[in-house]
Amino acid sequence: MLTNRPGLESIAADRQVCWGRQEPGNMTVTRIEPSRGWVSLRLSELCGYYELFYVLIWRDIKVRYKQTVIGVAWAIIQPFFTMVVFSIFFGRLAKMPSDGIPYPIFSFAALVPWTFFSNGLSKASNSLVSNSNIIKKIYFPRMLLPIAGVMSGIVDFLLAGVMLIGMMLYFGIVPTINVLWLPLFLLLALATSLGVSLWLSALNVQFRDVQHIIPFLTQIWLFATPIAYPSSLLSEPWKTLYGLNPMAGVVEGFRWALLGTNAAPGPLILVSAAVTVLLVLGGAYYFRRMEKTFADIV
Amino acid sequence: MNDIVIQTERLSKKYRIGKKYDKYRTLRDTIADSSRALFERAGRLMNGQATVAPPGDESIWALRDVSFDVSRGEIVGIIGRNGAGKSTLLKILSRVTEPEDGRGWICGRVGSLLEVGSGFHPELTGRENVYLNGAIIGMKKSEINRKFDEIVSFAEVEQFIDTPVKHYSSGMYLRLAFSVAAHLEPDIMLVDEVLAVGDARFWNKSIHKMRTLNAQGMTILLVTHDMWLVQTICSRAICLEKGSVVTDGTPLNAIGLYKQLTGQLTGQLANTATGDASGKKESSADGGFAELHEFEMFPAGEGVSKNGSLPDSGIRVEMKAHVDGVLSVGFLLRVTSPDGFPYFTVYSEPVSPGDGGLVECRAHIPHLMLLPGDYVLWGAVCRGGDEEQILTERHLPLLVNGNGTTSNGKSLFWNRAEWQVHATC
Repeated sequence: MLTNRPGLESIAADRQVCWGRQEPGNMTVTRIEPSRGWVSLRLSELCGYYELFYVLIWRDIKVRYKQTVIGVAWAIIQPFFTMVVFSIFFGRLAKMPSDGIPYPIFSFAALVPWTFFSNGLSKASNSLVSNSNIIKKIYFPRMLLPIAGVMSGIVDFLLAGVMLIGMMLYFGIVPTINVLWLPLFLLLALATSLGVSLWLSALNVQFRDVQHIIPFLTQIWLFATPIAYPSSLLSEPWKTLYGLNPMAGVVEGFRWALLGTNAAPGPLILVSAAVTVLLVLGGAYYFRRMEKTFADIV
Repeated sequence: MNDIVIQTERLSKKYRIGKKYDKYRTLRDTIADSSRALFERAGRLMNGQATVAPPGDESIWALRDVSFDVSRGEIVGIIGRNGAGKSTLLKILSRVTEPEDGRGWICGRVGSLLEVGSGFHPELTGRENVYLNGAIIGMKKSEINRKFDEIVSFAEVEQFIDTPVKHYSSGMYLRLAFSVAAHLEPDIMLVDEVLAVGDARFWNKSIHKMRTLNAQGMTILLVTHDMWLVQTICSRAICLEKGSVVTDGTPLNAIGLYKQLTGQLTGQLANTATGDASGKKESSADGGFAELHEFEMFPAGEGVSKNGSLPDSGIRVEMKAHVDGVLSVGFLLRVTSPDGFPYFTVYSEPVSPGDGGLVECRAHIPHLMLLPGDYVLWGAVCRGGDEEQILTERHLPLLVNGNGTTSNGKSLFWNRAEWQVHATC
């Protein structure tokens, strides 16, 4: 039998052997072989799946508030009530300084990006496990799932953002030109959420302990981030080092861009951005390396 | 026809069982395992043993050295017992999981129908799920838009298309899932035992759809336990056992082997299909004895030649036997595939042997109704009234010639009809 078989190489060489999406009509050859050693990120492959990517985000958004009574209002209620609680306990009772801004808006401006970050984190970290039925059946770059998990929080963020604008009008705060930086800080929040999620979602496939760690982690992280208090409580070398928590950079960035507190938190944000880049890169490589085992052990 | 679209070379997949890749492995387990492994390894070192694989790292080969080619337009049935590696093979081909070793390639767009509605979200409506599932299996939105009405009408769920699928019956679920996958129009479709649900009518419809798509050039790999399906729609079948290919050939051969593996062949006939044909055997249980002296077959009927029988012609069989210690005996004739898959069995009336213990019979099967191919004709003497207690048996090759037939393959039997065809105005 084997003697009649044309060599793999000779046949495969006739056609353009490449990874990626098979386009209809254009017969591409898909190779099947074990991957060895460190795999590349193959980010170009992700681009081929943009339609699936949109659909996954759309599904998450669509499903999020199905069969709830107040629906999308939850997107606002969550940060709003946290803000109320913080205002009472930290603002009123503990007399926490708030950089000369009314405490409610001071904490709410931080809670909006924070809620986006923490919801995205918990959703994306569970994304592989909660989508195990399709992971076990169909091939697509698994990285789409945590990315879509983080991205689907955008709608909630925008809704909470409308609330934030309403509150700013109420307190009579007019943002400066710095507001143009806001998308960048949002991107930083998104990237941080994704970077952590890439690690946690891949770990969660193997260790379900991660599911139990996530609520703790977000709770502790919430207090490790200058949300209820300003980072101006710290003096200089420490204030910049605070950026090692990338969410500190995000939150201070939001406050600066929207409320015009103090001077631009430049060094802090640079440190945060550097940490985030490391998180995302490390997470992406770890994820890719573990990816081939997902279908077998999820 | 020699246009190969799938080629695999020694594909292997190992699954670790036992402790190493437990489904729900916790951190504590890992720490406990690794510390225990450390101690055990240290213990072995002390005893001067080599450190080999850590204990508890048991693994099984779900697939072992699987090599085959598939040409464009084939429908290949993949059969085998539970756990033989069928689904693993499809998972590797659809890139859901990586092989441990070996390699292969697939040419063209691959669509898979691996489980009923695995991509469905229960909270979403039928319409939304068509788009969701379509995107998951690899359709573009424009493509789904174009085929949407066709998908829905094929699935027969028009009325419920805006109802969340959690309210669907399992049949509706299946129909919609199949319909989406069938309209992907891939070059190669991988189907894993999904047609088990759904009523008979939709089942027929799905089979018809697969045939139609196949006629348009789609290659299909079909994992199933339904031998009837394999026999009737597959052009070829691969039988897997313990991760390896045991047969790769005509559906008939593969089915025969599968039946042997699952122990579905009754009586002695199957087990001795390739054994000796001495025709002498002692039935130890009851002390009965029988011997077939003569077992001859003559083609009979129209169009027979020296070479063999035609599907429509018959055979004559003569048997002479000597029996002892049995009150009543009967004769049996059975036609099987070379691997033992039985087509039909006919029994004679039981008789009481004479004083000398001699019995003889003459049988005439007027029409074989078999498709052209190789068969085995079995003659046997069995205890009277007890059809399965065979005292002795012999077999002869039976060749059914392929020329001059009016019925084609991919079916179980040959037949012919009296046609009256004419055009009407």
